Amino acid sequence: MGRDTLTGSRIRERRLIAGIRQAELARRIGISASYLNLIEHNRRRIGGKLVLDIARVLGVEPSMLSEGAEAALIATLKEAAVDTRGASIAAETDRTDDFAGRFPGWAEVLAVGHRRIASLERTVEVLSDRLTHDPQLAASLHEVLSTAASIRSTASILAESGELEPQWRDRFHRNLNQDSRRLAQSSKALVTYLDESGKIEDRRGMPQEEVEAFFAASGYHFAGMEGGAEISEALIKAAPELASDAARMIARVTLRQYAQDAAAMPLAAFTQALQNDPDPVDLARQFATDLPSVFRRMAAMPENVLPGEVGLVIADASGSILFRKPVTGFALPRFGASCPLWPLFGALTRPMVAIRRVVSQLGHSVARFECMAVATPQGTPGFEVDPQYQTVMLIRTLGNDEKVPGDVQQVGSTCRVCPRRDCLARREPSILSEGF
Amino acid sequence: MGRKVLLIEDEPNIIEAIRFLLTREAWEVETHSDGTDAVEVIRAGKPDLVILDVMLPGKSGMDVLRDLREVPELAKLPVLMLTARGQVRDREEAEKAGVSRFMTKPFSNQEVLMAVRDLHAQATQS
Repeated sequence: MGRDTLTGSRIRERRLIAGIRQAELARRIGISASYLNLIEHNRRRIGGKLVLDIARVLGVEPSMLSEGAEAALIATLKEAAVDTRGASIAAETDRTDDFAGRFPGWAEVLAVGHRRIASLERTVEVLSDRLTHDPQLAASLHEVLSTAASIRSTASILAESGELEPQWRDRFHRNLNQDSRRLAQSSKALVTYLDESGKIEDRRGMPQEEVEAFFAASGYHFAGMEGGAEISEALIKAAPELASDAARMIARVTLRQYAQDAAAMPLAAFTQALQNDPDPVDLARQFATDLPSVFRRMAAMPENVLPGEVGLVIADASGSILFRKPVTGFALPRFGASCPLWPLFGALTRPMVAIRRVVSQLGHSVARFECMAVATPQGTPGFEVDPQYQTVMLIRTLGNDEKVPGDVQQVGSTCRVCPRRDCLARREPSILSEGF
Repeated sequence: MGRKVLLIEDEPNIIEAIRFLLTREAWEVETHSDGTDAVEVIRAGKPDLVILDVMLPGKSGMDVLRDLREVPELAKLPVLMLTARGQVRDREEAEKAGVSRFMTKPFSNQEVLMAVRDLHAQATQS
């Protein structure tokens, strides 16, 4: 269904958020409730004055109803306007929709620039305080300076102490020799380390982002690693996306898991099983494996094996995203924390329990997603050791006519661009004006 | 009565150089190389002054200093801190933790001797 034909769904979505009954809205815009019902189910085209009237009653920009997919772009533009307030620039935020509509290309340029600035700011923050953020650098500098202190102190004693007893003199000569060798080694190691660090001077900012780009470049599927193949070091070394040692290390660990999943669920058999019964729980039973492995394997299938798009998010118990495969329409924030209402995080409150929810993201699109999540302990349990949990969520795009049990749960992407009011999970105010 | 300094440092050659310098000035020098039990060693050794490195195995010199200041009889013990990090905020952190004097590596022998003399003189006058 085309974007412009979903105006009715957006009206329904915004009406429900505003808490207005269908009959009430119909009355206020002067049409019958049954006609509004047809509009809301996209059975009647709508435009012109009627859209303006509905937008007025719902307290939203008309373009929000007619061009809902541009909401993410508009939200980014508003975020950019907020972030430049310190520079005394008064952006016309009340005309953001107008700007995005009239100059979509320039609006996109501005949004891309804003995202790039955010990435660079984070890099600057990390680089400007490397002694705090980089324990390896701090240890290397400590080694160099401590050795220099020892050399300076010992050399002074030898130079200034006049008649020194031969045994002390020999001992200090020996120490000086030792320390000068140590200084040569540690300073060389430091230079090598700084050289290596210079190479990674942020193209993407975070090693996880490099790994994400590496997986995206291969479509999240590695044909060469099917059938029990070992991890190819050549593949990792040749990947232009993996610029840092840290990213290569993470890619190696992630590919090792890929290889284990591929061995447990061989491609041909898994493809066949998916066509017979795509339920992850049944697949886990059939292949005698666990749910997280099935989720990862489903997200690693080549194109066209599954009927629709499938995304994947993996996080640790702190909420940090470790891996993600995006899915169209489901916003995964690149900066800042995600929405705690995602089933991904709900799973952490009930470890080992498989959770399935149908969700829709407020302020983005009306698309619905089936999210399946489970949190499982990592490694072997130990006495007196708290387990470390990892949570995995598979995101499946639902077709417009696909029927699923239960209500659609409204979630956000991140608080800053979420219009939901009175949310218990809100961490910070939304930058979006009231009622979006 | 002899004056005693406890040097808590894990670089053997720095220990040797400072021990030589202070011994020559009639200090009794004891040494320790681990942060974990440093406060207990200080309590047991009853030194007149402590020279404390920041980066120690087991526990950082900064944490040792904080713990030390929690002990009533050690609250005013002169502590000369040696560190490879000399940024303003490191100095502020050390001052907040209760350091008496803060010195960055590489230091000169003269600086160490002057600091030890000053700190001891201040402690005996108060």
